[in-house]
Amino acid sequence: MTAHLTVAIGGLLISIHSDNREFIAMLEQRYGNFVRQTQAGIRLEVEIVEPRAVGDPEEDLHVNFESGCWMMRRGDFLACWDPASGRGAVRQSAYPYAIDSVMRIIHSLMLARSGGFLLHAASAMCGGHAVLLSGVSGAGKTTIARLAPPEVTLLSDEISYVRRGANGYMAFGTPFAGELGVSGEDVSAPLSALYFLAKAPHNQLRPIAPAAAARMLLRNILFFAADPILVQELFRSACQFAARVPAHELCFRPDAEVWRLIA
Amino acid sequence: MSELYVRPIRDIAARMLGEEVIVMAVRDSRVFSLNPTASAIWSGADGVTPLREIVARRVACEFEVDADAAYQDAVALVEELAREGILQISDGPIPE
Repeated sequence: MTAHLTVAIGGLLISIHSDNREFIAMLEQRYGNFVRQTQAGIRLEVEIVEPRAVGDPEEDLHVNFESGCWMMRRGDFLACWDPASGRGAVRQSAYPYAIDSVMRIIHSLMLARSGGFLLHAASAMCGGHAVLLSGVSGAGKTTIARLAPPEVTLLSDEISYVRRGANGYMAFGTPFAGELGVSGEDVSAPLSALYFLAKAPHNQLRPIAPAAAARMLLRNILFFAADPILVQELFRSACQFAARVPAHELCFRPDAEVWRLIA
Repeated sequence: MSELYVRPIRDIAARMLGEEVIVMAVRDSRVFSLNPTASAIWSGADGVTPLREIVARRVACEFEVDADAAYQDAVALVEELAREGILQISDGPIPE
């Protein structure tokens, strides 16, 4: 008999089924507050195999649409997902990073069609609104997340979830943790600002024009599929977002004072 | 004097944001940001209007610069964008 759990991120439910109960129990712990007691939404059947049975461990990620299914493969997993039926299958070893990646790919594909995206960014909720703190590795996402004052709710220190709604953009918490090793909270809030992080000897905030913001945003959006139509959708989404949400460069030193500029 | 005609290639996405056009090459996701002058030329690059006319109408008047000098700069610009693989240049009109 198979075990399962359902993970809800950004309102999208993904049910993960496996006959390996230990694996499902590990995911329950990992995804914590994002686990739901339902089987609705996308359904993934996960087959747990020995690492060497998956493929070449050095293989880079490939995501392609073939015969109605998204085919995903990397050194540590093989997966396919049929967006029409919502069903998919994953073959991986019993560690969580592979299923993390498969879920992120599925989310990025779903978001690309609806004006949203996953972003390399910390995100936080303060005073009823959310902010994105974006940057490449080393820009300071984890540092600034660690410096957040107690009244700030962390949505993620690594991968932020942005959805377009009828009244603007919303940020959602994700369980995908970065160096901080802490899952975000399962909450959402309307987005009020986007900050691009840069470490500096002093704190400074500088507005960024929409064109530059769109360019920087495109650099930091997570997207994996070699699909021209979705890439164009993503480009359009980034431009719309940059035209609507104020963007700033946030130069900061590792000191909690920086949150006075944000919150 | 032969005319030059310019048109963006098919596999790009472009959008005006403020006074600048940003362009993405869909094949490899490279992103370009064009300054206001380059954006004016890009916006007029319909494949049927000669580059000289685009410059005269959209650059020389708008930015109050000498038309001949602006044209030379425009030729250098479109050649650069062609080298980047996001714009086609031809000595005849370029059909859609």
